[in-house]
Amino acid sequence: MKAKIIITPKKAVVDPQGKTVQNALEQMGYKGIKAVHVGKYLEIELDGADKETARQALDEACHRFLSNPVIEDYKLEIE
Amino acid sequence: MNFAVLQFPASNCDQDALHAIRLLGHPARYVWHKENSLGDADVVIVPGGFSYGDYLRCGAIARFSPVMQAVKQFADNGGLVIGICNGFQVLTEAGLLPGALIRNRDLQFHCEHIFLKTATTDSPFTNKIPPGKLLRVPIAHGEGCYFADEETLARLKVNNQILWQYCDANGNLTDTANPNGALLNIAGICNERRNVAGLMPHPERASEEILGSADGRLIFESIFAALEKKTAAKAA
Repeated sequence: MKAKIIITPKKAVVDPQGKTVQNALEQMGYKGIKAVHVGKYLEIELDGADKETARQALDEACHRFLSNPVIEDYKLEIE
Repeated sequence: MNFAVLQFPASNCDQDALHAIRLLGHPARYVWHKENSLGDADVVIVPGGFSYGDYLRCGAIARFSPVMQAVKQFADNGGLVIGICNGFQVLTEAGLLPGALIRNRDLQFHCEHIFLKTATTDSPFTNKIPPGKLLRVPIAHGEGCYFADEETLARLKVNNQILWQYCDANGNLTDTANPNGALLNIAGICNERRNVAGLMPHPERASEEILGSADGRLIFESIFAALEKKTAAKAA
């Protein structure tokens, strides 16, 4: 099984990295870019086949450790 | 009064902290992050550095080190804890202080002297700072921008938990004087109980004149005074 986790900064948090990347894209000539947000992507390879148990455990891991709920949101997918 | 200076893999301001405390006349020793006990420590310093390479997030991994269980117990029992720079990050990640530290708004690492205005002398970390005295202290960080949601910020204000704010040479809390974009120019705070504090600037690097400023001493002297008061109260 493989878990795919996307961690993004919360909307309320200033994202200077996102802004900088946006500026660079615009300078390179790309048009119509409304916003850029830079986040993190994690892949976790797991033993076993029980997706539900894995999801519960990883949800907890995401909330406790992999993301900081004060400043980040996360999306967890298991395949 | 015994000071314990924690050491995580890649802490690098532990030596400066130890040196500053000993220079100011008090015993200090290192406590390795794998230890389960703080021994007879009266104060815990969580020092600066790049613990665990700042991997995942600054302080995110260090907060799960074995010693942090002991620090949490110590703090729950009213012990004094001060986190400096990465130490502040570890304490917010550990939930011992509210909010979070994020990337500096200009994305640059700032290594410079700044001025701090002490927002309240009502704490074990600020009681010896003369009212109106600005502290000249160095910062050295890439992720020192203090963030907390509106509700938390309101609570910090109501409870007088903001200890230090970035200001200009005249004590004004301006945007220009804010090196990293921290909300409300917050450089350091304490918890509700006022026994745990964190700050991004380095008082241990401003405790002797030869380093350009000895203003940082006032923070340590506040801690000494608070401990003396505690001991005197116990004896009475």
